[in-house]
Amino acid sequence: MTKKKEKDEESSETTDAHSDKPEPADTDLAKTLTKEEARKFYEEKGIDLSPDVPIHPQPIPEFEKSISDKIASIFGSKVTVDYVRPKRVRVSTKKEDILDVAYFIRDELKYDHAESVAGTDYPDSKEIEIIYHLGSYTDEQKGGQILSLATRVPREDIPSPGIDKSRTPSLRDVFYSVEFHERECFEMFGVYFEGHPDNRRLLLPEDWADIPPFRKDFKIKGR
Amino acid sequence: MTTQLPPGFELEKVDDRIMTLNVGPQHPGSGHMRLIIKVDGDYIVSCDPDPGYVHRGEEKMAEYRNYIQNIPHLERPVIHDSSNILYPYCLAVEDLLGIEVPERAKYVRVIASELNRCIYTLYWLAIYGIFLGHSTMFMWSAGDRELFIDLLEAMSGARVTHAFLVPGGVRNDLPANFEERCLRQVNYFEKRLREYEDIFYQNPLLKARTEDTGILSRTDAIRLGTTGSVLRASGVDFDIRKKEPYDVYENLDFDTVVMKEGDSYARSRVPYLEMFESCRIIKDALRKMPKSGSVRTKLKPNPKGGNDEVYRRIESGRGALGYYIVSNNRPEPYRVKISVGSFRNLICIPYLLKGEKLGNMPAVYWSLNYWPVEADR
Repeated sequence: MTKKKEKDEESSETTDAHSDKPEPADTDLAKTLTKEEARKFYEEKGIDLSPDVPIHPQPIPEFEKSISDKIASIFGSKVTVDYVRPKRVRVSTKKEDILDVAYFIRDELKYDHAESVAGTDYPDSKEIEIIYHLGSYTDEQKGGQILSLATRVPREDIPSPGIDKSRTPSLRDVFYSVEFHERECFEMFGVYFEGHPDNRRLLLPEDWADIPPFRKDFKIKGR
Repeated sequence: MTTQLPPGFELEKVDDRIMTLNVGPQHPGSGHMRLIIKVDGDYIVSCDPDPGYVHRGEEKMAEYRNYIQNIPHLERPVIHDSSNILYPYCLAVEDLLGIEVPERAKYVRVIASELNRCIYTLYWLAIYGIFLGHSTMFMWSAGDRELFIDLLEAMSGARVTHAFLVPGGVRNDLPANFEERCLRQVNYFEKRLREYEDIFYQNPLLKARTEDTGILSRTDAIRLGTTGSVLRASGVDFDIRKKEPYDVYENLDFDTVVMKEGDSYARSRVPYLEMFESCRIIKDALRKMPKSGSVRTKLKPNPKGGNDEVYRRIESGRGALGYYIVSNNRPEPYRVKISVGSFRNLICIPYLLKGEKLGNMPAVYWSLNYWPVEADR
């Protein structure tokens, strides 16, 4: 989390300078402005450049800490455990270890179903993140908790779904409920789930011949 | 004469016993989706759901618009439950941008959400009735639905697609005398709702068609990750309004409806009983709501989220509805994932229809509280 916040501050500085707020495009001033001058210019105009999210560190609640400590003590350096928000714990791991971690989460921590499987495309670092949001019906205390299990998969610029190296082990044997979610993820991001019995198209038309549409390089026409 | 057919157009080999049926996507018994059903005589051998006929790429569209511009198009997947599909989006954006919501707005939101839940459930019940040949149920619930549509029209100005909930509160304050009108109509509706019991739920024909069909056991309901009324009809006491109360639900007085049977009858009855709870919530919220005050926190123009991610969920008419939003210091979200109840319950369809009679297909399918447009997003 701390790492995230550092990044937050850095990037807010850089993006603020050329953010999409109206720039004085027509004046000569615009071409010669340095970052400092631009900042001054906005301040004079009364435009607030401070980050929108106030950064104040929150202490981790007891219950969330006990969950994250349990995972961290078993898997050590194989996992990164983040506390995102109250009732939200995030576990990031490599795709080689994801099955072990998932079995541990199911058997020891009693998370029994997946609410969603989301992909996020990061073309700059050539990776696609797959994130499972897991919940529990059987454990009374964990009813309001969501544990997200994330892994990163290599991404190829010219995708050939199912054949290229964008693949990760399927969690269908661990959490049966991911079946349709993983199918959706496969067609939308081109990430092949190894061991999934049914890696077919689900929502897209059968004759879809473009790249997976939720990747960032697939642009909506006219935009 | 043999002609070479293009790939994908080859004729399927036909078994002597097994026949393949395409139910949908234009069939009234399936909505905008196709079920590929294999039957042996009258019995379903296997079922392969094929959704996607109304896939609009809401998640992709959301990446091109800023947090405020996203409001109206995100409610389109379920227009008759529009407050509930916007609710988790508003909660998530408020978490991302660090916005506090005024107390009165929280109550107004809860009222809008519960009114909308009734609208959705009545619409669903109307179609369930017509699926089973019970036209009276269709007429009654379609007529009573107007009560709530009128209330939400008075609140927001629009009859169906309200876009009433916004990050930071609600779009506008309640009209004058809304409390009295709302209370009067909800009281009338509660009385009216009891009549549904005799005309529909105690109807011997309905019971004969839905009892003991499509039984989902408690273990399977958990294993398949079902949600909403499907889960509660199988005996799992799980409601996000109780487990992870958002806004003011923890102050309000209501119970969760749980049934143990797990058959189509129980699944069709749980949403009906939940409408009574919705009425209780609305009346309680009207009583406890602050009588005046702001209903909307003013946002900065073009607000930006930090390098952050958030997952928020609520209980909608069809079960848990969650938004996973990733932001990266831009006015537009980097990624929006909508996790909807209908899509999560889709996995039940092949499971429950296997071994069922073909004639029971509509009764089982529609009891799952499935809305195809929402599942496709």
